[in-house]
Amino acid sequence: MSVNGGAQGHDVEPRALLVQYLREECGLTGTKVGCDTSSCGACTVLVDGESVKSCTMLAVQADGAAITTIEGLAPGDELHPVQQAFHEHHGLQCGYCTAGMVMAAVGFLDENPDPTEREVRLGLEGNLCRCTGYQNIVDSVLAAAASKSGVSS
Amino acid sequence: MIPAAFDYVRAGSRDEAVALLGERGDEAKLLAGGMSLIPLMKLRLAVPTVLIDVGRVEDLSYVRDGGDHVAIGALTCHRDLETNDLLAAECGVVRSVAAEVGDNQVRHRGTIGGSIAHGDPASDLPAVLLALDATLVAQGPAGTRDIPSDAFFEGFLETALAPDELLTEIRVPKTGANGFAYEKFNRRAQDYAIVGALATRVGDATNVALVNMGSTPLRAKGVEAALASGASPADAAALAADGTEPPGDLNASPEYRAHLARVLVRRAIEAVAG
Repeated sequence: MSVNGGAQGHDVEPRALLVQYLREECGLTGTKVGCDTSSCGACTVLVDGESVKSCTMLAVQADGAAITTIEGLAPGDELHPVQQAFHEHHGLQCGYCTAGMVMAAVGFLDENPDPTEREVRLGLEGNLCRCTGYQNIVDSVLAAAASKSGVSS
Repeated sequence: MIPAAFDYVRAGSRDEAVALLGERGDEAKLLAGGMSLIPLMKLRLAVPTVLIDVGRVEDLSYVRDGGDHVAIGALTCHRDLETNDLLAAECGVVRSVAAEVGDNQVRHRGTIGGSIAHGDPASDLPAVLLALDATLVAQGPAGTRDIPSDAFFEGFLETALAPDELLTEIRVPKTGANGFAYEKFNRRAQDYAIVGALATRVGDATNVALVNMGSTPLRAKGVEAALASGASPADAAALAADGTEPPGDLNASPEYRAHLARVLVRRAIEAVAG
C-alpha cells in the first residue's frame, strides 16, 4: 500500500488492524487509538480518499490502497487548510481527538465542499470530543470550507 | 483489542467465494466491509478460524434498474446508496435509511449485503427490506435462488443463508421517491437504534417495520391490518408492540422499548398519512 505517498511493504498477521499497522510498523503515531470500538473516530484516516476508522479495518483489507494519515496532510511547513482553520479557531482542547477530527473533516469537505453548520455536525457524527469542544471544531470546519472556496473567513 | 488469530483468504469472484465456502464453510465467515464482523471479532464474540474476504469480488457493487424493481449489488456500500440518484427517484426509502446507518466512516466501508447477512435486529436496513417485501438473491454451489425477505431473518444474527451461500443481490420494488418515514431513536447520532419504526407506502398499503423490538427485524402486522381497515394512526399505533418480545439492556427495558415502539410508529404513520 502507499502511506502518505510513499510505498510501504510489510508482512502482517491477518488479524493486524490498520491502526496498529500504521502506528507500530510505519511508526506513524499521529493516528490515535481512542475507544477501539468504532465509536470515537480518533483513529480516522483516509483510504483512497474516504474517511474510515482504522481500528475497524484489517491492514490486509487496505492492501494496495492509498492511505493518508494526519502526518501526510501538510506537504511541508505549511499547514493544510483544515489544520490551519483548527489552529486559528482553537478547534481543540486536550487534542486527543484532533487528528481524527481533522481527517474526518478533510474527507467530509471533499464530499461536501460548501456545507451548512448542520451538515458539518452530521458529517462529524462519527467523531467524539470528550472535552465537548464541538463548537470550535464546527467553526473550524466551516472556516476551512470558506477559505477553500475563496471566501475570507 | 485484537481479534483471535485466523486464516485469511481473498476471493476474486463470486464463484471463488462459493468454492471457498464449500471447502471451509462451517468454520469460515465472509468479510465484506467488516463494520459488523470486525467489532465482534475484536470483542471475541465471534471467533471464526477462516475469513473469506469478498470485499474485492468484482461486479457486486451496483444499483441497476431491473424493470419493476431496483437491483442492488450486495457489496454496494451505504455511502453509494445514500448518494444514488436511481434509488432516490425509484425507492427513496432505501437511500434515506442508508444515510441513517452509523456515521460517515462506517458508511464508506459498510455494505448493504453485509448488513443484511449479519441479521442484526438493531440494524436499520433489514427492517427496510422487510417492509418493502424485498427479494434477496443468494448464490450457492447449485446456482442462485431467490429468498423473500419475510423468510430471510430467522433469529438473532441468524438468516436463511446456508453456510455455503453468498448473498449477491437485493431487489427492492419501485415505491417512488417519497411516501415513507423512518423514526430512529438513539442516544448518540451514530448509534444503533434503541428502537426504530419505519412506515412506507407500498401500492395502496402502508407497511410498518420495527427495529430492535425482538430477535429479528419485525413487521408490525397488527398495525398494518388496523390501518387497512380504516383505524386512525393513533389507534393503529397503539398495537405496535403487540406480540413482540423486545430485549432489555443498559439503554432500555422491554417495557420502555414497547412504549417507544408505540410512539415512534404513531409518528411514522402520521408522517406518511400526512
